[in-house]
Amino acid sequence: MSINATLLGQAISFALFVWFCMKFVWPPLMKAIEERQKKIADGLADASRAEKALDLAQAKAGDQLKQAKEQAAEIIDAANKRKNQIVDEAKQEAEAERAKIIAQGQAEVEAERNRAKEELRKQLAILAVAGAEKIIERSVDEAANADIVDKLVAEL
Amino acid sequence: MAAQGEELTVQGYIQHHLTNATMCTTENGISFNYACQDAGFWTWHIDSLLFAVGLGVLFLWAFYKVGQKATAGVPGKFQCFVEILVEFVDGVVRDSFHGRNALIAPLGLTIFVWVFLMNLMDLVPVDFVPHAAVLMGIPYLKIVPTTDLNMTLGLSLSVFALIVYYSIKVKGVSGFVKELTLQPFNHWALIPVNFVLETVTLIAKPISLALRLFGNLYAGELIFILIAALLPWWAQWSMSLPWAIFHILVIVLQAFIFMMLTIVYLSMAHEDH
Repeated sequence: MSINATLLGQAISFALFVWFCMKFVWPPLMKAIEERQKKIADGLADASRAEKALDLAQAKAGDQLKQAKEQAAEIIDAANKRKNQIVDEAKQEAEAERAKIIAQGQAEVEAERNRAKEELRKQLAILAVAGAEKIIERSVDEAANADIVDKLVAEL
Repeated sequence: MAAQGEELTVQGYIQHHLTNATMCTTENGISFNYACQDAGFWTWHIDSLLFAVGLGVLFLWAFYKVGQKATAGVPGKFQCFVEILVEFVDGVVRDSFHGRNALIAPLGLTIFVWVFLMNLMDLVPVDFVPHAAVLMGIPYLKIVPTTDLNMTLGLSLSVFALIVYYSIKVKGVSGFVKELTLQPFNHWALIPVNFVLETVTLIAKPISLALRLFGNLYAGELIFILIAALLPWWAQWSMSLPWAIFHILVIVLQAFIFMMLTIVYLSMAHEDH
């Protein structure tokens, strides 16, 4: 085992290899690694940002839902009130109409009765006079008893 | 499997497995193996160099391909694997290296993956490739570059050069000299003692780096060779399988330690006292 020129050859090739590695091998590999690291870091940052945005959106959606429910309840309340109001109004109107119709009917019935009464009274007077005439024809003359007949008619 | 002309003995078998394919220039032009025994320093272990460069190119080519196609979208399986490695090395550098230097992380990645791949060749059964090479007329072939002290020293001395370079660049020449002479005892009379201590510390860094990796892998390889040399073929698996499984840990660990210590040493070089 002797030391010889092989040593020089090895040293020269070593120097060339290191130079080549430093110039052409290391930089692109390091660049790719660093780019990927950056990509991954960006991706992770994006993911956490998206998570935050999701939380925010969920909170907002919850708020809006609550608001909408409140509004719906208000609208239903108002509608119920209005309904009751309308029903009451209709009831009152119907009541008034009924009273009016009943009053009218009673007035008509009253008028009819009065008319019938008058008619009956007239015919009864005629009937009474006729009856009296028949009686008087036999006993006294008609003129002497006319005042009695009139009295009778007036009493009917 | 012995080289041609050698008798097949246990000693010869082991010797053959521990011999590199060498190349040198003699007066007859380019020569190989036996002719290079006396060539001295200017001998090249062409098998170590070939496998080291081949594995290095394989690693860089594969990672380069991934880098070109890399997207920030959903990555493929291989891109994932490469990115895990890159992030792992980047994390280690971030934890251990206090300073700003664009060189350190790619340097760490290159060391980790390249040394690991070179170590990984240790798990190829010891006879497969050398035997095939002998059949093709190549008498010696060692396929694990990190079992060659020249290879590990080549790496660690490069790291050493970086340590010295950054020490001087960050602290200036005077700062570097002060670090060598005024520590650990801050007194003018003890400058020589300090210098000896600090120089030993400094020199020990590349030497220990190289010897640790070389020693681990050489010993591991030697045990595989011994198992293959001493046991009958039908019993070898009972030893080599447990050792190979344990060795998976060793090769990753050694690659990691080499990278880690390089980063730590360079971090120390960047620290101004």
